[in-house]
Amino acid sequence: MKDKIFKSILLLASCLILVLTAGVIYALVSQSINTFSTFGFFGFISSTSWDSVNENFGALPFITGTLITSILALLFCIPFSLSIALFNGEYFKGTKTSTVVSSVVDLLAGIPSIVYGLWGFYVLRPVLIDMGVSAQGFGVLLSSIVLAIMIIPYASSLSTEFISMVPNDLKEAAYSLGSTNLEVIRNVSLPVSMSGMFAAYVLALGRALGETMAVTMLIGNTNNIPSSLADTGNSMASIIANQFGEASGLKLSSLMAIGLLLFLITAIINFIAKYILKIVNR
Amino acid sequence: MKKTFFSTSKYRLAKSKIFFYIVCFFSTLTMIPLFLIIWELIKRGYKQFNFSLFTEVAPTSMDAMLAKISGDPIPGGILNGITGTLLILVIAIIIAIPVGILVGIYLSENPKKKFSNLIRSLADLLQGIPSIVVGIIVYVWVVRPMHGYSALAGSVALAIMMLPMIIRSTEETLKMLPTSLKEAGLALGGSYTLVVLKILLPSAFGGLFTGSLLAISRVMGETAPLMVTALGATIVNWNISDPTSAISLLIWEFYNDPNLAPLVWSSSLLLLFIVLGINIFAKSVAKKWKIQ
Amino acid sequence: MENSINSENNKYVLELKEVSVSYTPGKNAVENVNAGIRENTVTAIMGPSGCGKSTLLRAINRMHDLYPEIKTTGEILLKGENIFKMNPMKVRRLAGMVFQRPNPFPTMSIYDNVLAGYKLNNISLKKSEKDEVVEASLRSVALWDEVKDSMNKKGTFLSGGQQQRLCIARAIALKPEIILMDEPTSALDPISTNRIEDLILELKEHYTIIIVTHNMSQAARISDNSMFMYLGHLVEYGTTKQMFTKPKDKRTEDYLTGVFG
Repeated sequence: MKDKIFKSILLLASCLILVLTAGVIYALVSQSINTFSTFGFFGFISSTSWDSVNENFGALPFITGTLITSILALLFCIPFSLSIALFNGEYFKGTKTSTVVSSVVDLLAGIPSIVYGLWGFYVLRPVLIDMGVSAQGFGVLLSSIVLAIMIIPYASSLSTEFISMVPNDLKEAAYSLGSTNLEVIRNVSLPVSMSGMFAAYVLALGRALGETMAVTMLIGNTNNIPSSLADTGNSMASIIANQFGEASGLKLSSLMAIGLLLFLITAIINFIAKYILKIVNR
Repeated sequence: MKKTFFSTSKYRLAKSKIFFYIVCFFSTLTMIPLFLIIWELIKRGYKQFNFSLFTEVAPTSMDAMLAKISGDPIPGGILNGITGTLLILVIAIIIAIPVGILVGIYLSENPKKKFSNLIRSLADLLQGIPSIVVGIIVYVWVVRPMHGYSALAGSVALAIMMLPMIIRSTEETLKMLPTSLKEAGLALGGSYTLVVLKILLPSAFGGLFTGSLLAISRVMGETAPLMVTALGATIVNWNISDPTSAISLLIWEFYNDPNLAPLVWSSSLLLLFIVLGINIFAKSVAKKWKIQ
Repeated sequence: MENSINSENNKYVLELKEVSVSYTPGKNAVENVNAGIRENTVTAIMGPSGCGKSTLLRAINRMHDLYPEIKTTGEILLKGENIFKMNPMKVRRLAGMVFQRPNPFPTMSIYDNVLAGYKLNNISLKKSEKDEVVEASLRSVALWDEVKDSMNKKGTFLSGGQQQRLCIARAIALKPEIILMDEPTSALDPISTNRIEDLILELKEHYTIIIVTHNMSQAARISDNSMFMYLGHLVEYGTTKQMFTKPKDKRTEDYLTGVFG
């Protein structure tokens, strides 16, 4: 009897997750219906207008802003996270050095987004200005660099795991044929861990897509499609953070619609990564 | 063929060595931002990192400007933020941890069920939701029906973000326990409920504790979801249905107000210390617990 | 301690002189091994587990170099040349190795697996040369007929025995001087084991083979000479026939009669 009650409590708690997810989707969809019925789904995502006075809204600049900054961040982070993965999972696998390095890198994931934003604003932005990137330093490049630093720990911890899972006897077989370290990495370690690493980077991309505060502080807050790396813009997350407070009516609905789109994009990206991981782990 | 091998082997070894150094170089470079960030916060924040930071509420822009003109340090602190963060976190913990642990138990007790797989996928889905999106969802759920921003709304947002992490760490910790533990309990005639509550959960305590701490440290610095739920307040507030400040919200406020900017560093320094402190503490607990 | 095989021909393809290997300083896993191995013979290294037989084998192609904590001392002469003065990559190319568990490279096709040594050594071959090497190597491990129509399949699709033969083909594709085998049949079923043993006898025509085995009857079936190792020492080294019929050392006899289990 008691067990039955306990088991139903467990089940009930699990059903709460179901309800929560349904609630998330319902909230986003119900709030954005107004926007989609006014502009049409494709009309909304293809329009570049963000006009509060005439109530004409489109998400294209923010979708592009999000995609450009995230993909750039991913590209920037690859040499670093790949190096960390090789350092910890191949060269110094299982040593004290690798423990130290991986804990330091893990701590990068612990730094709050807003602190990254501050650091980007006060330290990195002047550097970009000095380098002549742009007059104010704000923009796609600045955001991408900071985003890259933020996602390195996510990309590197999972890829380290996959590289260190490459069976030792496989590597020894390659060594026994007379290859160098580099050749073993290129022909055995990397190809064998490839799909897992790919999933790691897709997950990192998912992180970058949804990152809010740092981008809000660094991207420059303008509602245009960035025309160059030095140009300013807004990401989907940053437009919501910047304008949600004073929004109402159709504008609020449009921000909700952007939230829904962002939710969908990150969900799809995460789903792809999890799917690859599922196949790899089999 | 042997000749080509000879002539290239030195070159190949050199290439391999160079690649190794490149890897070391980039790895070192990766670690630098952490120290640069901590250094920058200390360098700029230590002057304002004083007693009043903990005992006084955030100053108004006017007070700060006057102090600046007369060359004094900016008065006031972030007491309203510290208490706000505490209030919001405590409620978030009260919401998220019991539910998370229950769901985690369910998943580890029914690992292969279709329903469990669904719950697992949904937890993953929830974990992937960008923080600002969590914020606006809670705005619709809580802020609007309650006709106002509140600490409770902020707590719900943080709880949603913590929940998937706690579910996962609970399930994984319970999975690591030997099945013989449960069987031994049942063999002694313990009821299922008692075995889970009195044997499994206590054995898993270290893992649950670490998981919860990591989840707390992860959401503690969150700013975006609080902006659209808890909003912020200039006073110390203990009422969960009123707008409430948080350390991260104050940082955002200071950042946006040139007069208050000097305070941004000391408050960020405090936030970073607490967050990284919990993080490191949680991991050292995890290590000890694993050795046992 | 002198352990060599009486022979009018003093030319050894491989000579071990005072070889010691240690995993932790001051504690040798292999101690002071002296032995000479002649061309086109099969030498079995036997002994209870943990006696250092694999450790000794792995010293011969400098596999221990991969792990900084392992120290090897002494001299190993391969065709008269000290391998510790050679480039380790060259040593490993001259001494092919076959591992306990079949380990074809999972990302490479059967064809590429055979050619892996060339690829890994950055040796570029013409297509016709490649085909030649692949066919010759697969023929000599009696795998050609079984796989010639599925060259582009992954090596991991083959059965365990086939995989192990593919790994032997991969080793001999580089035309090594000696082949080192580390319990190559321990993960295989009896039929596959038989085929590998037959193969070893055939390969003897062209190669010198050193095989670590914990299977005494296997050593008796395929080896010309045998080493018996115990607690890191090379206790006895002689012709297999002599060792199995009249072991000189009490410990060898105990091992062969199953006292160590």
